[in-house]
Amino acid sequence: MEFSELLKISLNAIRANKLRSALTLLGIVVGVFSIIGVMTAVRVLQSSIEEGLSNLGSHTFQIQKFPALFVGGHDQWHKFRNRKDITIDQAEFVAERMSYAQYVGIEGWQGGQTVEVGRLKTNPNVSICGENPEGIPTNNWTVAEGRSINDNDQRYSTQVAIIGQDVVAKVFPNGGAVGSQIKAGSHRYTVIGVFEKKGGAFGGNTDNFIAIPLSTFLDEFGKRRDLHIMVKAKGPEVFDEAVEEARTLLRLARKVDPGAEDDFDIFSNDSLISTFNEFTFYVKLGIGFISFISLLAAGVGIMNIMLVSVTERTREIGIRKAVGARRMNILGQFITEAIVLCQIGGIVGILLGIFSGNIAALAFNIPPVVPIDWALLGFLLCLVIGVVFGVYPAWKAANLDPIESLRYE
Amino acid sequence: MSTIIRLANITKLYQMGEEQVHALQGVSLEIMQNEYVAIMGPSGSGKSTMMNIIGCLDTPTSGLYELNNTNVSEMNDNQLARIRNKEIGFVFQTFNLLARSDVLHNVELPLIYGGINVTERRRMAMESIERVGLSERMHHKPNELSGGQRQRVAVARALVTRPSILLADEPTGNLDTKTGEEIMQLFDALHREGNTIILVTHEEDIAAHAHRMIRLRDGRVERDEPVMNRRTYGASSVAASA
Ligand SMILES: Nc1ncnc2c1ncn2[C@@H]1O[C@H](COP(=O)(O)OP(=O)(O)OP(=O)(O)O)[C@@H](O)[C@H]1O
Ligand SMILES: [Mg+2]
Repeated sequence: MEFSELLKISLNAIRANKLRSALTLLGIVVGVFSIIGVMTAVRVLQSSIEEGLSNLGSHTFQIQKFPALFVGGHDQWHKFRNRKDITIDQAEFVAERMSYAQYVGIEGWQGGQTVEVGRLKTNPNVSICGENPEGIPTNNWTVAEGRSINDNDQRYSTQVAIIGQDVVAKVFPNGGAVGSQIKAGSHRYTVIGVFEKKGGAFGGNTDNFIAIPLSTFLDEFGKRRDLHIMVKAKGPEVFDEAVEEARTLLRLARKVDPGAEDDFDIFSNDSLISTFNEFTFYVKLGIGFISFISLLAAGVGIMNIMLVSVTERTREIGIRKAVGARRMNILGQFITEAIVLCQIGGIVGILLGIFSGNIAALAFNIPPVVPIDWALLGFLLCLVIGVVFGVYPAWKAANLDPIESLRYE
Repeated sequence: MSTIIRLANITKLYQMGEEQVHALQGVSLEIMQNEYVAIMGPSGSGKSTMMNIIGCLDTPTSGLYELNNTNVSEMNDNQLARIRNKEIGFVFQTFNLLARSDVLHNVELPLIYGGINVTERRRMAMESIERVGLSERMHHKPNELSGGQRQRVAVARALVTRPSILLADEPTGNLDTKTGEEIMQLFDALHREGNTIILVTHEEDIAAHAHRMIRLRDGRVERDEPVMNRRTYGASSVAASA
């Protein structure tokens, strides 16, 4: 007996009881939907985070007071807040002594600024960062037009700025940014360059910033502020050594007692991703467990409806046996029906899950994700549920006595 | 002519709680190849029970049933399914068609389980449907057909695998005289083609098509005799043998 024939029989049987089938499917749909939806959403976040992190280039790590990705309670946050700021002296102490570093970038950030050119004005949400010359390459930023910050700018605290594309769009809608004057915060700067568009993480404001020399920044916003140190190792082979070196130097500069834990955080793209994965692992585990329970319940529902179906169709089974159906044929027919039923629910769940998991992607303007592996897993799971919960009803059907079934009213 | 069906002291006992119903109480008979047998008897005399046993749908409580010199009680499930599929065509008293399937699919059904490929079984099913004159109704469901048409679908399904034995339990019970006569003509033709035909009926007119008549009463063979005034002529030379 061909599989296509089995499939046709199953679909006909399911179609004959549309509402009942749909209600039974609901459990499967919900179970699969929750797995696929969450996994898709996690993957969307993951890819956007990975993309957002690409401002840290290859074999580059960053040191700052606060961890870049924080999963934990209020208490722990308190601990980070109580840490001393990383000062310019400490940062320069590290920068001057690093031997495994190609670049050591130092930066500070100030948010909530307004940039003005004539009557054109941005919203008060532009970030100003102070960068030493090496901060630009360690951030993996590219100057598309004009020039970058150089040693002279840093030494003489020149009033110059490189501006991001979002700012360009607001205050230089007709171009001609390089060479013009802007007012940012309470000071004037000459635009020396324009950054390439970055786009990226959470569709947000990665281009809504301007960079000025670090020395100028410290003059204007105060020297007593927390800075970030970014280190690009000389190569991937000395990355670990570079991290150790920077840690030792900064502990020395911050006079951390030997044996005490670091009072700063070091992270790279890789370490961030693994932290994120650690966090999402528990989310996945939780959702996996809940989905498993709901699929189990759905499976019992399928079994129940299949048992009803076998009873209702006793006569049909009798007829099939009377004209020569073997046990295996009947067994196959009802298992196929259970699987098809599950698979319809599964496919609907997978599609809904992928769709809703990607709503985040649409909202943040990042490319949608299709988690093929999870979709396959969902498909497989439905297959297993169909078989496991379809076997008993099918076995019951297969063992019906032909003449008794024909007599069944 | 060889013996195709041999029943020896067949009994069938139904246990209804305390009460026992003896549907068959020791039936013995032999049917040769290409015989045309009518089984008659009052209601409840065990006709359907005997037909079901002959058709390998039911098993006797005791006694020996040999089909083509093989003991049926020694056969396993798959062998029985094969016999029901290939050797025997069964026309039921109550049609027993699949309600949700159209005529074509109903007639195809035995071929599906017989492992015949799609194109071949389409052809065979259509041929069989044509034979009972229902080509125009091929895609109708049973509930869109008259009683006589349903009966003909049941016949077409029984014929489609070209079985050597055709069993019919009151094939004309639900039909008017004219339609019943049409069905009987079909049976007569099948008999002429060499098939063995056993049919149950209450009507003398229908039984008169057969060459041999077996009367049951209370689960026993009451009479077993050749049919004297047959209704069809020019049929095969063998009249009856007992
Ligand atoms: N499944 C069953 N359980 C109990 N008794 C049964 C069962 N099937 C048949 N019988 C009994 O066996 C006897 C013979 O029944 P059967 O159906 O063979 O009669 P029949 O000769 O075909 O009658 P009819 O002409 O009305 O179709 C009857 O008394 C009936 O009540
Ligand atoms: Mg009967």
